[in-house]
Amino acid sequence: MADDANAPAEPARDRWSIGDVEQWLPTVKVTIASIVLALVIGALLIIVSTPSVISSMSYFTSYPWDAFRNAGHAVGSSYWALLTGSVGSWTAITNTLSQAAPLICAGLGVTLAFRAGLFNIGAQGQLIIGAAFAGFVGFHTQLPGVSHLVAAILAGLLGGALWGGIAGFLKARTGAHEVIVTIMLNYTAMLLLSWLLSLKPFEQKNVANRISPLVDNNAAFPHVFGLHFGVLLAFVAAYGVWWLLNRTTLGFSMRAVGANADAARTAGMSVSMSYTMAMVIAGLLAGLAGVEQVLGDHVQLSTAFGGTVGFDAITVSLLGRATPLGTVLAGLLFGALSAGGTQMQATAGTSVSLTQILSALIVLFVAAPVLVKTIFRMKAVGDEGAVLAKGWNS
Amino acid sequence: MHLELRGLTKRFGSFVANDNIDLTVEPGEIHCLLGENGAGKTTLMNMLYGLLKPDDGEILLDGEPVRFESPGDAIDAGLGMVHQHFMLVPVFTVAENVVLGRETTRALNVLNRRKAADLVRDLSNRYKLAVDPDALVENLPVGVQQRVEIIKALANEAKLLILDEPTAVLTPQETDELMEIMRALRDDGTSIVFITHKLREVRAIGDRITVIRRGKVAGTASPAASESELAKMMVGREISLVVDKPAAEPGDVVLSVAGLTVIDPRGVTVVDDVSFDIRAGEILGVAGVQGNGQTELVKSMLGLVRPANGTITLDGRDITRHDTQQSLEDGIGYVPEDRSHDGFVGAFSVRENLVLDLYTRPEFSQSGLLKLDSIADNAAKRIEEFDIRTESMEAPVSSLSGGNQQKVVVAREMSRNLKALIASQPTRGLDVGSIEFIHKRIIAARTAGAAVMIVSTELDEIFGLCDRIAVMFGGRIVGVVGPDIPREEIGLMMAGARKPTADAVGTGGSHG
Repeated sequence: MADDANAPAEPARDRWSIGDVEQWLPTVKVTIASIVLALVIGALLIIVSTPSVISSMSYFTSYPWDAFRNAGHAVGSSYWALLTGSVGSWTAITNTLSQAAPLICAGLGVTLAFRAGLFNIGAQGQLIIGAAFAGFVGFHTQLPGVSHLVAAILAGLLGGALWGGIAGFLKARTGAHEVIVTIMLNYTAMLLLSWLLSLKPFEQKNVANRISPLVDNNAAFPHVFGLHFGVLLAFVAAYGVWWLLNRTTLGFSMRAVGANADAARTAGMSVSMSYTMAMVIAGLLAGLAGVEQVLGDHVQLSTAFGGTVGFDAITVSLLGRATPLGTVLAGLLFGALSAGGTQMQATAGTSVSLTQILSALIVLFVAAPVLVKTIFRMKAVGDEGAVLAKGWNS
Repeated sequence: MHLELRGLTKRFGSFVANDNIDLTVEPGEIHCLLGENGAGKTTLMNMLYGLLKPDDGEILLDGEPVRFESPGDAIDAGLGMVHQHFMLVPVFTVAENVVLGRETTRALNVLNRRKAADLVRDLSNRYKLAVDPDALVENLPVGVQQRVEIIKALANEAKLLILDEPTAVLTPQETDELMEIMRALRDDGTSIVFITHKLREVRAIGDRITVIRRGKVAGTASPAASESELAKMMVGREISLVVDKPAAEPGDVVLSVAGLTVIDPRGVTVVDDVSFDIRAGEILGVAGVQGNGQTELVKSMLGLVRPANGTITLDGRDITRHDTQQSLEDGIGYVPEDRSHDGFVGAFSVRENLVLDLYTRPEFSQSGLLKLDSIADNAAKRIEEFDIRTESMEAPVSSLSGGNQQKVVVAREMSRNLKALIASQPTRGLDVGSIEFIHKRIIAARTAGAAVMIVSTELDEIFGLCDRIAVMFGGRIVGVVGPDIPREEIGLMMAGARKPTADAVGTGGSHG
């Protein structure tokens, strides 16, 4: 606010301005504080679940130092492994990035829908269909050179967009609530994939399980320095979403519909068009997440394909406050936790579930900013949860 | 209760909302706080009520300095506030709302409904606040809901009652009733701070008047002061309370409606065979009591509701089937009746709202890309031209006062060449300064040759602005009359009498 007052008539023309510091700084503070809090609680969990600490507790009163030393060692080695496993080496960083990329893409799908006033629970289904389309083109067809990769990517985007578009179309045409429709479409997508895997074209020869073949080499993302090209696409997509929302007429109308559908309608915007387009693009983004897994990480299609990426994407988007940049940062954090968790289990023996607890705690604290502010004695600020709460009301 | 505010100051960032305000309210006095929207009246009262913390200054109750951390503290100290937007639970009964938060219970924590109802009955008898304790709040008209708020404050033993713009939502009769209640309370020793921007009301009810302008006390006045004196003090300059307009020079028919019928989703005919013409350079007023089909008539003219029958023509072209975007592009400007619901996107900045229905025009976008520079230039220009008081063009419109929000809507609709302008309740809830300004712009649109249609429930506005008046009742137009018709006659037409003749007056009278 202070900046504005100094130059009240100055239009905001700086395209790369970081915006109103007072507006986003509190959010960043709360998020960082939440991460710290989660790590503290995580440390306590590590302590009480480490055998050496528990056994030294039996003689705590006569010689407490053992307990402290063991506890410190357990926490230190776990968190050190978490850190080195996520950013400690180039391999670690590539792991983090390739874990983060699908989360970012699917998270962007949730974010974009959020801004248009829709709560997209269906990233998982959109991702699965996207992956199925991309995978099918990848292993079933033969195309020369890079055209095979391009065709596979486009097929994946199309699949996701179709799946998202169904929810958008139903919402626009019939008013069917997108939360219900996308949840149901998640199940439909999973079962559809399972059925597809029982068909000839999706069958891998000489394998009894329902697993598809690997994609053709031509259709796989090329790797550079251990990183596949799809990771770059995630960042391009994030920029694309920001650009779409802030620079285009389509984004303008989507945001207007998301913030006040009645006023948007009165201003002559087509609300149903906006809903449909938002879900098509959201599905396309989630589809890109599936593409990255199939073409980048060489994951075969199976009945368990996708894991929980599509659902984690909702968390990533919420943690990122439904902004493209926030989604990227939250996606990177979750990617790092996922990559570091594996290392932590391998070297420090701490269960990988701890990283899931950490991510759950972070989200919990971010969702309860008042709690975090009380603990850290931060100054109370305005209503930050507004963006997040909106999705539930629509 | 004796209340004194000394040097109260509140800043938001570098914006000083209240600057060193002194105010004294004597026991058993109705003290009017008069000021334009955005002058800082509500900020001042929110500080008094513990909703905001003052940056400077002190509050004294009966000579003792007090500090309120929350409204709870203020209530305990004997303050009660009736907000502009009611704080009631719609699905609860009146009695339940009144005791909410301080329920008396019987054994096993069962709510003592009878005691609650008795409390309400007792208070409503004592101050002539007629209300049924067992009615559900959501079923009550706005005026009665307001009484519930007042009873709630009295049940908390309020000695000083703050009423924030209480008449903004009331009909003239309800306003009169409220004034009766205020007098009864005052005579019983309750102090009342009455916040308003309506000159007629402060003169009718106030014991003393403090005028606030741009966050400062502009002066005090007695209720004997004339309306123009008060208006001058409030706005800071001479303003005309009468709409000043040259004689109309009507041209060809521009906007024409023939046999328009609208049936709502429940199957009720809400607009029934309505026909009228509006010529270039004239203003047609649509008068009527709220809910007689005006809303649906306007919405169907804008393509927001599909008419079941009839045609709408603009400049001789049939636009009945045009959707909203086409209608706007055809050259109709539209100021919707519920501005925060339909008129603007509260979370959007002033800059964005100023192009809300213009962003697809070549001026502001090209092949789907927004031209941010022209959008910002447009905003700077309109803010200047329409005197929109905002911190910056980036401020969300929800942060502006009602008058300035409406200026954003009007500025947007008038920033293109209009063939016709349709404005519903263009000045509802606005202050004198904003009303004067918006009326001037409407006259300017007429002078520029637009066909103007004003829908209003305020007869003052209809008489002041319009060249011809169409009166609506029960979805039909019962008559089109000139502005020289006596008020009583139009009142009777609004109540359902058919023809604007002496006969009609007679018929209406015999029915009454």
